[in-house]
Amino acid sequence: MSAALDMLLAQAMVEADLARFLVLSGLLLAVGLAGFLTRRNLIVMFLCTELMFQAAVIAFVACGRWYWDFSGQVFVIFVLTIAAAEAALALALVVLLYRRRGTLDAETWTELHE
Amino acid sequence: MPALSMLTKVAQASPPVPVGDVHVLPDLSWAGLILWLPLLSLALCGLCAAFKCRTKLPAWITVASLAGSFVTALWLYLNYEPPGDVIMIAQWINLSWVGGGFDANISFYVDSLSLLWILFVTGLGTLIAFYASEYMEPDLGKGYCRFFAGVSVFLFAMSALVLADNLLLLYLGWEGVGFASYWLIGYYYTKPEAVAAAKKAFIVNRIGDLGLALAIYLCWTSFGTVQYDELMTAIEAGQYQVMTEDWFVAAIPWLLMLAAFGKSAQLPLYVWLPDAMEGPTPVSALIHAATMVTAGVYLLARLYPMFLLGDDHLALHVVAWVGGLTALLAATIGMAQYDIKRIMAYSTVSQLGFMFMGIGLLTTYGAAYHVFTHAFFKAVLFLTCGAIMHGFAGQLDLRKLSGLRKIKGWKITCYAMLIGCLCLAGFPFTSGYFSKDAILVEAFVTQGPGFEVLGWIALFTAGLTAYYTFRVWFRVCAGPVQFEPGDDHHGDDHGHDDGQFQPHAPRFAMNSVMAIIAVGALAAAIPYFMDSGVKGGWIADMVNDSTAADGIPAVRAAAHTGHDHSGHHGSLLGMDPHVAMYYLSGAVGFIGIVIAAWLHLFRREDADALRRALLRRPAIAWLPRAMEHKWYVDEFYHATLRAPLWVASHVLHGFDRIVIDMILVGGIAQLPRGVARWMQPLVTGSVQSSAVAMAGGAVLLIFVVLLFMQYGVLN
Repeated sequence: MSAALDMLLAQAMVEADLARFLVLSGLLLAVGLAGFLTRRNLIVMFLCTELMFQAAVIAFVACGRWYWDFSGQVFVIFVLTIAAAEAALALALVVLLYRRRGTLDAETWTELHE
Repeated sequence: MPALSMLTKVAQASPPVPVGDVHVLPDLSWAGLILWLPLLSLALCGLCAAFKCRTKLPAWITVASLAGSFVTALWLYLNYEPPGDVIMIAQWINLSWVGGGFDANISFYVDSLSLLWILFVTGLGTLIAFYASEYMEPDLGKGYCRFFAGVSVFLFAMSALVLADNLLLLYLGWEGVGFASYWLIGYYYTKPEAVAAAKKAFIVNRIGDLGLALAIYLCWTSFGTVQYDELMTAIEAGQYQVMTEDWFVAAIPWLLMLAAFGKSAQLPLYVWLPDAMEGPTPVSALIHAATMVTAGVYLLARLYPMFLLGDDHLALHVVAWVGGLTALLAATIGMAQYDIKRIMAYSTVSQLGFMFMGIGLLTTYGAAYHVFTHAFFKAVLFLTCGAIMHGFAGQLDLRKLSGLRKIKGWKITCYAMLIGCLCLAGFPFTSGYFSKDAILVEAFVTQGPGFEVLGWIALFTAGLTAYYTFRVWFRVCAGPVQFEPGDDHHGDDHGHDDGQFQPHAPRFAMNSVMAIIAVGALAAAIPYFMDSGVKGGWIADMVNDSTAADGIPAVRAAAHTGHDHSGHHGSLLGMDPHVAMYYLSGAVGFIGIVIAAWLHLFRREDADALRRALLRRPAIAWLPRAMEHKWYVDEFYHATLRAPLWVASHVLHGFDRIVIDMILVGGIAQLPRGVARWMQPLVTGSVQSSAVAMAGGAVLLIFVVLLFMQYGVLN
């Protein structure tokens, strides 16, 4: 009896956990997006994108656990790798942009206009 | 003499000869030289042009290679044995699939018909190239290389056309000669008339070429082959492809006819030939008189069995009538022209009409013989015209030239021209007399729609021919010495400084060629007497050995009114037509010459008075006027074809400019630009506003997807 109950309990916990993880992921995404849209500092904006990345990562891991499918976990490893590479590029870009204008304000870059 | 089934296909260049065989067959693949030598000459002339050669080197190269071709052809003739051979030169197109295949090789169909043609084509080509070496002198260092390169291309294509053993190679040659003709008519490309004439020749020929292309397709669909030997076997045996339909086979003769009428300048496609006289005269002599324009006759003679397929032979009757009417029409135009080269051009159209009449009247022998004699006498006529044009600074108006016979250095020219004129006029015992008779007499012994009327028309035309031919000779060569130079001064003319024009007489190259071809024109009568039992002599032997005569005897037996049989014999003035024609055509030619002599030698003022008198009478004035204006055929074509096409092209051009370019293309290009202008305020360039749009868009997308999922659209 207890084994079946244990399984049911575990099931309930996991279900509750997935929702929590997804909410956490959504919140993290919202924070990241809000930060990206409101802040003017290039580095902070960049950090916000990283935040959104992590939101996606959490969702992946949670869903992988939920569906008992390791693709999610594997995907996370890829995302982290790519994020690292991208971080290197993005920071290099930020450095270059700073050298051009002497400021980190994103509003100074509006050349795509027109 | 259906010798086709006996044709042996020589797959390898040299057939194996059994040991001890006395008769060793020569390696016939050498015949390829006929084709390759002109090609080599073309390449060398191109090199000469590239190295800016200012000598006569290209001429000598061309003459030498054409002479090589001629010798090879002669050698081929000496090694010729009656059934003929297919000589493989090179593989070309060999396709095979289940249950069929398509073969078209560069190989020669050597039978008597193609030998006859290739002999006079390469022979005259050599002589005329030699003539041109002097004639084209003023262009040394300018177009000299280009000219001889064109001649080489022509000889290459013409040899391919004549010797081809399949319709595809013939088509290559057919288009090749058309191209060479375009090239050489437009030789003086700074002259607008020459350019227009070249274009006209090319475009008019295109109509005929369409017929040939379609005929080849239909041959392929109907008989499953384009090779002559297989084609003839299939026709003889009546083997048709499964997919063929009756009208396919019935259409082939009509399409071939269209092709021949285009290339050989017959009604209604003859208009290009007179204009083609804008080219240098050796070209007119070689391409537009002696050789290329007879390609149509060759085509019909070669594929003659196609014309005998049905029972009614309607296509042949049309060929005969078109030939006869073209002969008459062109002769009437020729009578009223003043430009001697144009007169010769119309006379060529007219004589080609005679040849087609021969084809239509079941006498391929007569047609081929007339082609043969005409090649010589018309070449000599053109060459003499060219000599005059060359010597008198481009003067071609017969009213401004007179008595050349009495000027020093013009004897050979004038007498060569006289010989040419006699042959063309059909003066008794000249070559033209025999060859023309061979055709004329058939009109009276062959049964067909109104062939007797056609015969009288042709006889009348023969009289006109004699008249206009001798009109030229009496005006230009006889009479008092009097001349005006033309306005074509090419730099090196002597004697202009003192205001006194000195015609420069032809020198060795031109004189010798004119003399040789004139003698050849006279000698062309000899084959008529080289009798080997067949009436008509050597030429008849040649033609009767080939496909051109396949099936004729049977048809002739049915169509002739008791010819060579007992019973009712076709009669002409109560005599045997063959005998009567000798007297009749001789008499008609003689009358024409006498009238010409009266009006243009003894009483020249009468000719002008007569013309004025005719023009004064409104009832009759239209006739000379129409003749002088070439029966307004060019104007008619202009009104019915060129003008509507011009209007249509401009309307379509306008449509293209306004609807396609402006509305469709331009409009579509303007659309995104307009949208962009309208949306532009949204683009501030700031990263964050773009990000807002992106995030908003993503949210919107997710929302839409969710909405669809809600209603089960996306599942």
